[in-house]
Amino acid sequence: MTVLINSETRVVVQGITGREGSFHTKTMLNYGTKIVAGVTPGKGGSIVEGVPVYDSVKEALRRHPEIDTSIVFVPARYASEAVYEAIEAGLNLVVIITEGIPVHESMKFTRYAKLNNTVIVGPNCPGVISPGESKVGIMPGQVFSKGRVGIVSRSGTLTYEIAYAMTKAGIGQSTSIGIGGDPVLGTTFIDALEMFREDDGTDAVVLIGEIGGDMEERAARYIIEERYEKPVVAYIAGRTAPPGKRMGHAGAIISMGVGDAASKIKMLREAGVDVAELPSQIPGLLKKVLKK
Amino acid sequence: MKLYEYEARNLFREQGIPVPEFRVVSTAEEALKAAEEIGGRLVVKAQVLVAGRGKAGGVKLAENPEEAYRYAKQMLGSEIKGELVKKVLISKAVDIDRELYLSIIVDRSIGAPVILSSPEGGVDIEELARSKPEKILKIFVDPVVGIREYHAREAARFLDLDEQTLKKAQQIVIDLYKVFEKYSCELAEINPLALTPEGSLVAIDAKIILDDNALYKYPEFSGEYVRDLSYYEAEAKKMNFSYVELDGNIGILCNGAGLTMATMDSVYILGGKPANFLDIGGGARADLVERAVSLLLKHPRTEVLFINILGGITRCDEVARGIVEAIKKTGVAKKMVVRLKGTNEEEGRRILEENGIYVLEEMDEAARKAVQLGGAI
Repeated sequence: MTVLINSETRVVVQGITGREGSFHTKTMLNYGTKIVAGVTPGKGGSIVEGVPVYDSVKEALRRHPEIDTSIVFVPARYASEAVYEAIEAGLNLVVIITEGIPVHESMKFTRYAKLNNTVIVGPNCPGVISPGESKVGIMPGQVFSKGRVGIVSRSGTLTYEIAYAMTKAGIGQSTSIGIGGDPVLGTTFIDALEMFREDDGTDAVVLIGEIGGDMEERAARYIIEERYEKPVVAYIAGRTAPPGKRMGHAGAIISMGVGDAASKIKMLREAGVDVAELPSQIPGLLKKVLKK
Repeated sequence: MKLYEYEARNLFREQGIPVPEFRVVSTAEEALKAAEEIGGRLVVKAQVLVAGRGKAGGVKLAENPEEAYRYAKQMLGSEIKGELVKKVLISKAVDIDRELYLSIIVDRSIGAPVILSSPEGGVDIEELARSKPEKILKIFVDPVVGIREYHAREAARFLDLDEQTLKKAQQIVIDLYKVFEKYSCELAEINPLALTPEGSLVAIDAKIILDDNALYKYPEFSGEYVRDLSYYEAEAKKMNFSYVELDGNIGILCNGAGLTMATMDSVYILGGKPANFLDIGGGARADLVERAVSLLLKHPRTEVLFINILGGITRCDEVARGIVEAIKKTGVAKKMVVRLKGTNEEEGRRILEENGIYVLEEMDEAARKAVQLGGAI
């Protein structure tokens, strides 16, 4: 089994006619993702990579009632509009790739999604991949391989680096969730840990965190309080980052005394999580915990 | 982006939050004129963005306009914690009975606005959170619903005021929230909110941090976006790269924030010292890579360039072309370690090797090489 997406997932691409949208529609189709429709307001009736385009999510859903998931490539200024549309249409999962959405907007739509039982992944994320089954995202599929370890990460390329190291070491992945680099996110580490806990296809979880906020600390508390059964190994990026500076991601900033790597690493270790010093050490740590 | 105090005060005043009468000036002569207009006891405040300006001599109480003039003259053109003082704020001094605290923040851990209220203002709120957490009340506001009267009432009541002043405090909470919403703030803070002997409430300091992602909605501020950045940070910003100045000699250039941070950390753990952090983002073409590499080639403290690329949407051949072009155009040769992996990796390696740049495949190996070339510190 996998979490969030599998070979049955039917996808609508919002912003399909844009440069990013059309390019990644092609790479997702090549991976085997079942993309059944695209949406760009005003471009209804056109075809992108063989996929029919509609003016609205509602219309796409009328023609393709099997759609359950959306991936959003709409530029930041209009992205919220697309997200509300997907939530209102009743989709189960909305993956937001777009970077640069104002946090006041993401606070509102993540809350609205919760009230409507829609899962949001992102914003500012690489998406979700269940290797060999489906890819709803922009990650290079070839670095991932099918297996039984879940990945949850705030980063894109760093996840590819670690997935590549795992794949080379013969450790495949059930699902890899890129939750995004923004300060406010639809899916948190705890949400992802809960999904992997319920999934009988996942034996262990790799958590890839970074400086900023207290999501890693909260995950550590959750692991202790809930007596999380599956082994978790982690890597935290930014341990040498200066305070007060944004390190690339909108959310990667040590501010008001919160968010440095040391406290995250300390709390995760207290929760029994093995924390790697270098990304390349993750496969070794996994082999150790999976043997037990 | 952090606003200057006078900008934040303007936003407060515009919303009806009481602030002391003030003027902003950039010369000592203007300061004297402003001080005479306001009259009486005055506070002279250096307009800088660094924290802790009070202790660094950036806030002075003047008994009369002449004294205010002297303080303004001292401050203007001086440096406070390394930041040049270009403007000072001349403000009417307020008699204070008690100092209170109010703020609205974006709380990342719950993804919602939170009102913070404390009867013990005037101190650093982080310090207060450590020493007396029970003196801070946090009120969650549902971002879909927004602030309600009962939120404001609860926040105001915690300030420990009499019935009449309570109503005023309640209105200030509502108005502060309106500023927070209207300008997409990450933080809107009044510290301290002064209670005067006459029972008035006055915001005698003002702090606002705007969300960089929302700046396009506020052209009045976005023009000065690069205000708190160094030259290299500002140059990188123009090209849409993330750049942070560090103090070592190894330049770090990668694609993606997480990988850039991990590369920086690896260099440090292996005994080297990064000079900077440069994230070119996803999908950069050769011309953009060229500009990024050129920036580091020209950076005086950067002796070794460590370029670590994991190609997904970024193509290794585009990166390689950009590197070669940058060296040709700048005419600067620095020691360079390049690691390429992923999309079009073979083509990228071929281009670099033809130009005498050797390419490594593994990140750790490349980091070790970069540290070795930089000389362990």
